[in-house]
Amino acid sequence: MRRGLSTAMAAVLVGGLAVACGGDDNDEGGSDSGPVELTVDVFGEPGYDALYKQYEQSHPNVKIKQRKVSTLDEYKPRIQQWMATGSGAGDVVMLEEGILPLYMQQKTKFVNLFDHGGKDLEKNFLPWKWQMGLTPDGKQLIGLGTDIGPLAMCYRKDLFKKAGLPTERDKVGELWATWDQFLETGKKFQEKVPGTKWLDGPTAVFRATVLQNAGNGPGYSFFDKSDNLVYDSNPAVKQAFDTSLKFAENKLTADMSIFTPPWQTALKRDTFAALPCPSWMLGGIEEFSGDFGKGKWDVAKTPGGAGYWGGSWLAVPKQTKHAKAAAELAKFLTSPEGQVAAYKAANVFPSSPQAAQDPAVAGAKSAYFGDAPVGKIFGELAAGVKPVHLGPKNEDVRAAVENVLISVGQGKQKPADAWAKSVEEAKKAAR
Amino acid sequence: MTTDLRPSRNGPPPPPPAKARPRPARTWRTRLARLDVKGAPYAFISPFYIVFLIFGAFPLVYTLWVSLHDWELASGTRKFIGLDNYDYLLTDADFWHATVNTLGIFAVSTIPQLLIALLVANALNRRMRLPTMFRIGMVAPLVTSTAAVAIVFTQMFDTNWGMINWVIGLVGIDPIHWSSSRGWSWIAIAMMVDWRWTGYNALIYLAAMQAIPKDLYEAAAIDGASRIRQFWQITVPMLRPTIIFTVIISTIGGLQLFTEPVLFSVGTPNKMDGGPMHQFQTITMYMYDNAFGHDRYGYGATVAWALFVMIIVFSLINFLAVRRTGGTK
Repeated sequence: MRRGLSTAMAAVLVGGLAVACGGDDNDEGGSDSGPVELTVDVFGEPGYDALYKQYEQSHPNVKIKQRKVSTLDEYKPRIQQWMATGSGAGDVVMLEEGILPLYMQQKTKFVNLFDHGGKDLEKNFLPWKWQMGLTPDGKQLIGLGTDIGPLAMCYRKDLFKKAGLPTERDKVGELWATWDQFLETGKKFQEKVPGTKWLDGPTAVFRATVLQNAGNGPGYSFFDKSDNLVYDSNPAVKQAFDTSLKFAENKLTADMSIFTPPWQTALKRDTFAALPCPSWMLGGIEEFSGDFGKGKWDVAKTPGGAGYWGGSWLAVPKQTKHAKAAAELAKFLTSPEGQVAAYKAANVFPSSPQAAQDPAVAGAKSAYFGDAPVGKIFGELAAGVKPVHLGPKNEDVRAAVENVLISVGQGKQKPADAWAKSVEEAKKAAR
Repeated sequence: MTTDLRPSRNGPPPPPPAKARPRPARTWRTRLARLDVKGAPYAFISPFYIVFLIFGAFPLVYTLWVSLHDWELASGTRKFIGLDNYDYLLTDADFWHATVNTLGIFAVSTIPQLLIALLVANALNRRMRLPTMFRIGMVAPLVTSTAAVAIVFTQMFDTNWGMINWVIGLVGIDPIHWSSSRGWSWIAIAMMVDWRWTGYNALIYLAAMQAIPKDLYEAAAIDGASRIRQFWQITVPMLRPTIIFTVIISTIGGLQLFTEPVLFSVGTPNKMDGGPMHQFQTITMYMYDNAFGHDRYGYGATVAWALFVMIIVFSLINFLAVRRTGGTK
């Protein structure tokens, strides 16, 4: 009897699952003329609230609901489950650069935005940002770019003054044309101000330099264009690793990782003096450094030329009931004027050249960072950014290698063996 | 009860349609009655089994099914690969590293925890003032949320700004690297676990001690046995079944340790890593990290099954070990 019952139970469950997974057939752009409720899934702070209101006013039949989680780490498992089970995802979902390649492998689960007038939008985006939202064959447009992270270097003016270094942002940028010069400056700094480390940790430098080297070199980092792991054979990676390793080896970092609680605490103290800064990092510094850091921080050029770090896309999952309306909303949020509004609200630098040239962005100054002309600084940097191909397992490899760098800084790993160890970890992570 | 429904045997046969009708009704009735007597007990206990089937047995079997695949949630891969995942698991250094961590933390937390619980229970078993207050005080840590406890402890154990390093600094000891050193991190996590569970086990022991007949102690006292001797010769042997119970429960809990080490990883970007060298990554963290962090759902399921088997094996070992101690009583 028990066996019969369990079989029946299993049958019911499997049946239920099948219904849950298969019950979502919808014809593209179905009934979007009546009242429509759209859900948008995001992480962090995209700065869309005002845009939603505006859109609801111009489209009286549409209601928008945003679901927000604070970090990408929380967001990842959620979207993974939605996409795997075929239900639960919002009508518009945000895909960060690290997870976008993963979902490129599941292009059939996303609406092709070319079917919704995506063809005419190409001019609204930086060419590489547009390119990354396309499938490799160029036939399907999965995501429309939201923001990018052009890379600068944030530094503490008051501590620089203490160390006898220049404090004016252009002069500071001249101190370090290369990462080696940046390292030397750091050594000098720590001699003068022994209680403070030069950098927050080895990870931010590693992220920045990998993307920088890859962009200026082969155009890919851990994985080549066919997504084979080339971690140990790509000179761009080795060079970035060696650069980051030098900082860890010379004890020039506080061994922290961005946005972790110790890092947040450190921003309220004199723990470190410099920090690689994509534009969205300014918001983080302002939030965690608070009144303590007001007027102490400033923004200079990063060593080694242009670079970028981070940024996202908006995509429409196939499981939506309102593909047409969702695509329209995604187009609106990523339009040049949408991106300008988002920048004003949340400091996320636009991936649209038109938006970047808008006076509201290009002329933007940051009161917190000593009235630094952030719009101009990041705009110039953004122009020089070269795209990097990321493989689906990019995030996994990056995290594994960063762990090796951190353990060098903590004295748990010999610098001489660090590279070999990182190759081993990268291979494991990429499996 | 059904007898009066039987038609008389001597009566003329009723017309066929009328005959056809009561017959199924009659058997239907009897069947129902029999089912009532035979089936009712099953019906009454069924809720547990139905819930267990849905939330216990089915996931167990389904997890086994998933573990036989190269199954990835995000990329959509789903390929049957037989026992390849298990094959990899056996030589997976990271998995064994996590196993050593789990057992290590288990050892440094559970053994002192049960010993202290036993001694505390013994102390509470005396005549004292305000016994209820003290007993409630023992379980107070249990009702606080694990997350809150872990966050407070994590801040206390912070290497740079933690209270503990500050206190030992006053005595002139160098700061301890609580989170980057493997051994110290185990001890820090064990303290969180013990803070929460010592009182719980103490209460269980106390309840069992209350059931030990008082005359045993009186007789021992007359024979001149000291308090300590009474404790080892009477209390501990009488508590053996209870000790077996707590050991098994602690084993199951200890091997599934998750929340405390995850929250202790405040400094690492990926909380499931258990530090940059995976120095305090437990099996459950490794499982979660594979299934949802690195998009290896199939391998995560494999780790889950390995853990399941391990818990059964360890519970048996514990059971046997505890039963054998205490000699031939």
